[in-house]
Order: sequence, then structure tokens, then C-alpha cells
Amino acid sequence: MIRVVLPAHLRVLAHVEGEVLLDVPGEATLGSVLDALETRYPVLRGTIREHGTLRRRAFVRYYACEEDLSHDPPDTALPEAVALGKEPFLVVGAMAGG
Amino acid sequence: MTGVRVLVGTRKGAFVLTSDGRRERWEVSGPHFGGWEIYHMAGSPADPSRLYVSQSGGWFGQVIQRSDDGGATWRPMGNEFAYEGVPGTHQWYDGTPRPWEFKRVWHLEPAADDPDEVYAGVEDAALFRSADGGASWQELPGLREHGSGPAWAPGAGGMCLHTIVRDPVRNGRMYAAISAAGVFRTDDGGKTWLAANRGLRTEGIPDPDAEVGHCVHRIAMHPSRPDVLFMQKHWDVMRSDDAGGTWHEISGDLPSDFGFPIAVHAHEPDTVYVVPIKSDSEHYPPEGRLRVYRSRTGGNEWEPLTKGLPQSHCYVNVLRDAMAVDDLDSCGVYFGTTGGQVYASADAGDTWAPIVRDLPAVLSVEVQTLP
Repeated sequence: MIRVVLPAHLRVLAHVEGEVLLDVPGEATLGSVLDALETRYPVLRGTIREHGTLRRRAFVRYYACEEDLSHDPPDTALPEAVALGKEPFLVVGAMAGG
Repeated sequence: MTGVRVLVGTRKGAFVLTSDGRRERWEVSGPHFGGWEIYHMAGSPADPSRLYVSQSGGWFGQVIQRSDDGGATWRPMGNEFAYEGVPGTHQWYDGTPRPWEFKRVWHLEPAADDPDEVYAGVEDAALFRSADGGASWQELPGLREHGSGPAWAPGAGGMCLHTIVRDPVRNGRMYAAISAAGVFRTDDGGKTWLAANRGLRTEGIPDPDAEVGHCVHRIAMHPSRPDVLFMQKHWDVMRSDDAGGTWHEISGDLPSDFGFPIAVHAHEPDTVYVVPIKSDSEHYPPEGRLRVYRSRTGGNEWEPLTKGLPQSHCYVNVLRDAMAVDDLDSCGVYFGTTGGQVYASADAGDTWAPIVRDLPAVLSVEVQTLP
């Protein structure tokens, strides 16, 4: 299972508490995890990635294992520790604005 | 008529203020959607329990919320606002062409007779419609594809379609106002649009009388007289007596003709309200005195309404969507400020009292008169 940590506003929007556990078929990549997340919680479509282009929204970041994966292409494999469920995949609202 | 529900959108959440017909004691609910910008909330005239909310933010984009029980519970609806076809370009601040790009919903306008039909005015300027209660949205591309579209440019707040006014008599007639393009009118339900800016004069654009390029801040109509429109422009308060065919100035004796909102009394089509602001760079009341101005003559002659409003050291603004009226026998008038106050008058503006004083900056105020 892939563990995903959402920022507080998106947890409220999706009505989830704590981490989200996702069963991701095939290889755990940035794109496949986000696809699975949006399939489970359709309300998150458009809030992390833009509709249509699926580009990451400008003030959203992806972190895992103390690495910034935000600029990696969607087919990037997530670290093994994330794929094994030992570490979470973090969706983060950037520190910006008020 | 038993009461009112005031829907307040703020920079950090939504608030619902309710009272009985006396409008003296208020219940305050909120913040709903705390931390998000609530550009607008609107109730369906066909079903007052049906509310729509535009919830947005720089981090996570656009969300549309809907309530079917008057704001007790909410559920997120569709948030995909995709322009039809290849959207083309408009002008950017530096004069270069820039592709249309959706940013947020500024204004929601539910239909008069169907709670599931609602229009959305968005930034970058375009008009969308939902016929399924907000689950999905389709653009009415004829407006954006008006021949002048490539010449439209954003105002300081962005290139937003901020006002939607539907003619209650002529089926298919509707007005949309865009900063900084101007007013457009459709007579065929949104398929085709005409620029409706003749008579507007804007210093600061190359051709002051241009067909488009005017920073219209807000337009208002009384439903009993739909050919008469009132406008608060960037500078100038204007009036049209021919459904936007021509406009003439009615600023008259106002202390400043700069401002954002404009509203019409619920029962008196020639009674109009504005909130003068000192200037385009000094967004606060002249002399630090918060005054609503009322004309009972359809413009030109204005009286200051001050009882209950701060008359010293007041430097708040009232934004374009932050003033509304109720339909009770004694017309109520409401407005919210960037300082977080929401003021109400239950006597058509003669006296005012704050409902709340310390909300986040108020972006929008709508009122529902409850049966």
C-alpha cells in the first residue's frame, strides 16, 4: 500500500483524516499514485494537478524520503521505501502567500 | 416574507447571517471552507435552500460547493471549467498576447426558474453554464469569441467576468460585464454578443470612446424595468435607458464618482445606491467617512447616508460584489467591507448597524429573502 499525506485543506475537502492508503496497480510512479488518489477521491481532481494537462499546480509540491520530486516527470518511479509503504508520499501546499 | 439570509464571502471563508424580518438580531454561521477565498455565494430564486459557492485559492485552485438545505450541509460539485476549442489570446498588462487561462470563478448567477441552472463568470473572462446543479460546466464561447476578444486586457484584479444580469422579461437577453473590456449583451441566450459600451468614456486608454477597453466595475437592474441599467465604472456612475445601447453619466453631486458596487432598491426602480471611494489609487472613503449615497431620482442627485456608519478614521473599501438588497416591504440594504464589517439597513439606508465587525476582508455579499 502507498501511504499519501495530504495537506490539511485537501483532507477536509476529501473528508479524510490522517494518511490515505492507496493500492496502486503496477509500478508506483508519481503519475500512477496521483491517478489512484484522484480515482479514490474525485473531489481532488483539479486541486493538485490541473484538469486536462495534469500539470502540477504551481503552489503544490511532491516530497518523499526527504527529496523534492516536484519537477520530476509523471512516469518517475517513487522511491522503494514509498513503494513498500515504509515512507509516505507527501503532497504539500507550498509555503507561499497568506 | 419571514426573514433574510445574508451570504458573505470573505478572503478566508464563507459566513451565513440569518435574521427574521425585523433584521435586528442575527445568527452567524461560519467560517465555512475556512482558509479559502470565497469570491461569491448565491442562492437560487427558484429554491432558496439551494446555494452555490465559489471557493478558490492560490494553492489548490477552484472548488464549487453546493448546499440543498440552506447552508447546513455542503458538497463539492464539478470544478472543471474548460474553454471551448482553442481559446486564443487576449492582451497582457505589457501589451503582449497571452493565452486565455482559467483562474477562478468570480460570480455565480442561478437561474430564476430552475435551481439546477446556474451561470458562472470566470477569470480569464468567459461565461459558463451548468444545467445539472453544478456537476458539470459548459462554456458559452460566443462571448469570448467576440471579435474584440484579442484586445481585452486585465484590470488590476485580473481579467474577470464579474457581473451577470439576466433580463427577467425578454427570454434570452443577458448582460455580462468584464474588467477591463466593458459590457456585452446577448439576445439569444449567449450564442452571440454585442459590445454595449457606447457613451462610456475612459481616460487612460488610447481611444477614450473605444468600443471595448472600459473598466466597468458593476452593473445593476431593477426587474420591473429591465431596459434601464445602472453602472459603477472605474470612474463615473452611468445609466442606460435603452438596454445598454447608450450610456450617460449620472454622477451628479457625488463627492467622488469612483467606486465599485451599485445596487437598486427592491421596490423603487429609481432609487440607487453607491459607495464613493476617493480615487483609483486611494481605495477608501473620502475624508475617512464611510457613506453610502442614495439617489431617489435615478441618478445625478445623491444624498449621503451616514447614520450608524463610521464618520471618522475609516479607510475600508467596499468591493463590487459586496452590496445587495432584500425584498422585504421595507427594503433592506447590506454591504461588506475590506475591514471585515457587514453593515445592514432595514430602512432602505436611512440607518445602519453592523451585523458583524471582525470578519476577514469581505469579497461578496448576497441576500436571500426567505418565505
